[in-house]
Amino acid sequence: MTKNSDTEISIQAADFNLADEVALLEQYNAIDGAVVTFTGRVRNQNEGKKVTSLTLEHYPGMTEKSLAKIINTAKERWRIGRVKVIHRVGELFIGEQIVFVGVTSKHRQDAFAANEFIMDYLKVQAPFWKKESTEQGNHWLDAKTSDENKAAKW
Amino acid sequence: MIKVVFFAALREQLNCSELSLNSDKLTTVAELKAELASKDEHWQQVFANNALLSAVNHDMVHNEQAIKPGDEVAFFPPVTGG
Repeated sequence: MTKNSDTEISIQAADFNLADEVALLEQYNAIDGAVVTFTGRVRNQNEGKKVTSLTLEHYPGMTEKSLAKIINTAKERWRIGRVKVIHRVGELFIGEQIVFVGVTSKHRQDAFAANEFIMDYLKVQAPFWKKESTEQGNHWLDAKTSDENKAAKW
Repeated sequence: MIKVVFFAALREQLNCSELSLNSDKLTTVAELKAELASKDEHWQQVFANNALLSAVNHDMVHNEQAIKPGDEVAFFPPVTGG
């Protein structure tokens, strides 16, 4: 876990609790009126195939560094307060939480924009890879051009 | 020496997660890649994939990035987290 004053990054196998994360973003934080959170979960189908689970691999060390850079860029661009990013690794089943991005700001626009920015860049820059298990077998997912395009729009 | 690490589909294709290379003559990521590809036909085929990404000391870099002894260089497919 990487922690500095108002930014926290956690790569973990364990699940997380949304209410606990929101409480931490709000605790001793009277200046921020907005809390925007995003949670990503494992879907039951992908590209027409029935998914049974996903296995997440990452590059320890680079993952944290890359997320810290993305968050720093967001902090330069928007007036935001606290940022928390959690990304789970290992095997995750249908409906399980994969990723959490929480951002606080004085007013909602900054937190909304920064949250989406962090998520869009996480998708194309943070070194995570998903292996999908379906009824037809296992395979590594291909990166999507639509994700590249979305990040490039910022 | 240079530490080289591989991830995800690439790691499986090469059946190798990490190796060390004598780096005296290797000055860029591109040269390192060519050296790895010269190992055998299979490695050559795998490294012919232009979509592969590289990182030096945990920063994403281009092929022309300079490398030096003690660096950790990583190769991996485009990322798919989130």
